[in-house]
Amino acid sequence: MAAKELPLSKDFFKGFWKENPVTVQLLGLCPTLAVTNTAINGFAMGMATTFVVVSASTLVSIIKRLVPRQVRIATYIVIIASFVTMADLFLAAQFPAISKALGPYVPLIVVNCLILGRSEAYASKHPVHRAFLDALGMGLGFTWVLVLLGIIREVLGFGSIFSLKMFGDWFTPWIVMILPPGAFFTLGIIVGVINYITGKEGSETTCH
Amino acid sequence: MAEAKKDILVVSSSPHLRREENIPKIMHNVIVALVPAMAASLYFFGLRAILLILTSVLSCLATEYVFQKARGKEITLADGSAIITGILLALTLPPSFPLWATAIGGISAMALGKHIFGGLGYNIFNPALVGRAFLQAAFPVTITTWTPPLTMASVDTVTTATPLALMKFEGKITPYLDLFFGNISGSLGETSALAILIGGLYLRYKGIINWRQPLSYLLSILLFGGLFWLISPSRYPDPLFHILAGGAMLGAFFMVTDYVTTPVTPLGQWIFGIGGGFLVIIIRLFGGLPEGVMYSILLMNAITPLLNRYTRPKVFGELE
Repeated sequence: MAAKELPLSKDFFKGFWKENPVTVQLLGLCPTLAVTNTAINGFAMGMATTFVVVSASTLVSIIKRLVPRQVRIATYIVIIASFVTMADLFLAAQFPAISKALGPYVPLIVVNCLILGRSEAYASKHPVHRAFLDALGMGLGFTWVLVLLGIIREVLGFGSIFSLKMFGDWFTPWIVMILPPGAFFTLGIIVGVINYITGKEGSETTCH
Repeated sequence: MAEAKKDILVVSSSPHLRREENIPKIMHNVIVALVPAMAASLYFFGLRAILLILTSVLSCLATEYVFQKARGKEITLADGSAIITGILLALTLPPSFPLWATAIGGISAMALGKHIFGGLGYNIFNPALVGRAFLQAAFPVTITTWTPPLTMASVDTVTTATPLALMKFEGKITPYLDLFFGNISGSLGETSALAILIGGLYLRYKGIINWRQPLSYLLSILLFGGLFWLISPSRYPDPLFHILAGGAMLGAFFMVTDYVTTPVTPLGQWIFGIGGGFLVIIIRLFGGLPEGVMYSILLMNAITPLLNRYTRPKVFGELE
C-alpha cells in the first residue's frame, strides 16, 4: 500500500490542514454547528471527540484481524459507544457545567462520522502506531476548527473570549452569531476562506 | 462600397428587435423612482436619514468592489444595482439605527445576499432584505426602537411605537391621512405611502415594472386582511390599514418587482404576489412580530425557482 511509504509525521499532520475533518472533509458537522456558541464549548467538544477517536482508532487497529468483515461496522460502533460513555461520564463528574452546556451532543459523539470514518477507512487497514497518529491529528484538527468557530461566535455574540470580557459597554452583541444561523455563516465563511487559500496554493484539495 | 451595403441590408442572427434598455439604464430609473421616498425620509426624519442612506450605499459599494476584485470579475459599481440595494436597505431601517450597524447590514446584504451566490442575476434572495433580516437577527432590540418623525408634535418622546405595533399590542388605529402622507413613526422610507406610490407609478410609466406584481401583492393583502376584518372587525384592523401601514407599499413596488428574485412568468408572478400577501397578513395577525413584509418576500423568493419551473408556458404545439 502506498500509504505505508509515507513518513509518520504526514499521518499526524494531514488532519490539521490538508485533510481537515471539518473544513475539507466536512465531517461531524452536527457538533461543529451545534455547540460552538462559545470557545470553551468548542474546546470541550473537540477534546472529547479527540479522546474518543484516538481510543477507538487504536483499539480498532489492534483487533483488526480478529473482527469478521461482516460485523465490523457494528463492532466499531460498540467500541466507539463505550468510549463515548466514558467521556460523557467523565465530563459529567469533573466538569458538570460544561457537560450541561453540551447537553445531548456528548452522547451524540457516537454518530460523529469522523470517528467511524477513521476506524473504517484508516485504523482497520494500518498498524497501531499509524492509526494512533492519524486519529490524534484528526482529533486535534477537529478541535482547532471548533475552537476557532467558538471564538469568532463568542466574540461577536457575547463580546468575550473564553468568558473574558473583550469590549466595554459600547459593544452591542450580535445575537444572530450565537443562534444556529451564526454557526452556518461562520463555518461557511471559514470553509470558503480555506478553499480560497488552498486554491491559490495550487495544491490538490480532493478528499476521499 | 462594403459599408454602403451594410446600411441597406443587415444580416444577423435573432433577436432582431432590440430595446434600448440595459442594466444601468433600468437601475438608474429605479434610483430616480426612489427619490420621492428618500425625500420623504429627509422631510420626516431630518439629516440623519441622509446619513443612514449614505452609509448603507457606501458599504454596499465597498463590499461589491471587494468581492468582484477578489474573484477577478469585472467591477460593475456603475450599474447602480449596489446603490439600489443600499438605498432599499436604509429605507427599511429605523431612523435611530446606529451607523456602524447599518454598515454591517450593507456588507451582509451584498456578501450573504448577492455575491455568495455569484453576483447580480444569480442571487436567490433580495439582497436588501437579506441584509435587513441579518440585522433583525443580530440586533433585535435596536432595530425595533423607533423614534417619532420631526413633524410629530410631541417633542419630549424619545421612542414611540409604529402604527403596526400600536395595532398589535395596544389595539390602537392610526388615522389614514397620517399613514398616507407618512406622518408616523416607522422605517425611514416606508412611512409615506404617497412618496412610494409616486415612485412606483414612475416605474410603471417607464415600463420598468409590470402592474401585475405590485397589484397582486397589494390585492392579496386587501383580500386576506379584509377576510379577517369581516370575521371580527373589533379584533382585526381593516384592509386599508394593512396596505398603508408598515412596509407593504415599499415591498410591493420595489421588492416584489425585483427582476432577479421573483418569477418571470405571468402566472408565477400572480402566485408570488398572492402568496406574499397571504403571508404578510398571517405574520401580522398571528406571528410574534408586528410586521411581516420582509419575511413574506424572502419566503416567496425561496420558492421562485419552483414557480418558474411549474408555470413555464407551453411551447406552441408542444404535447403533454
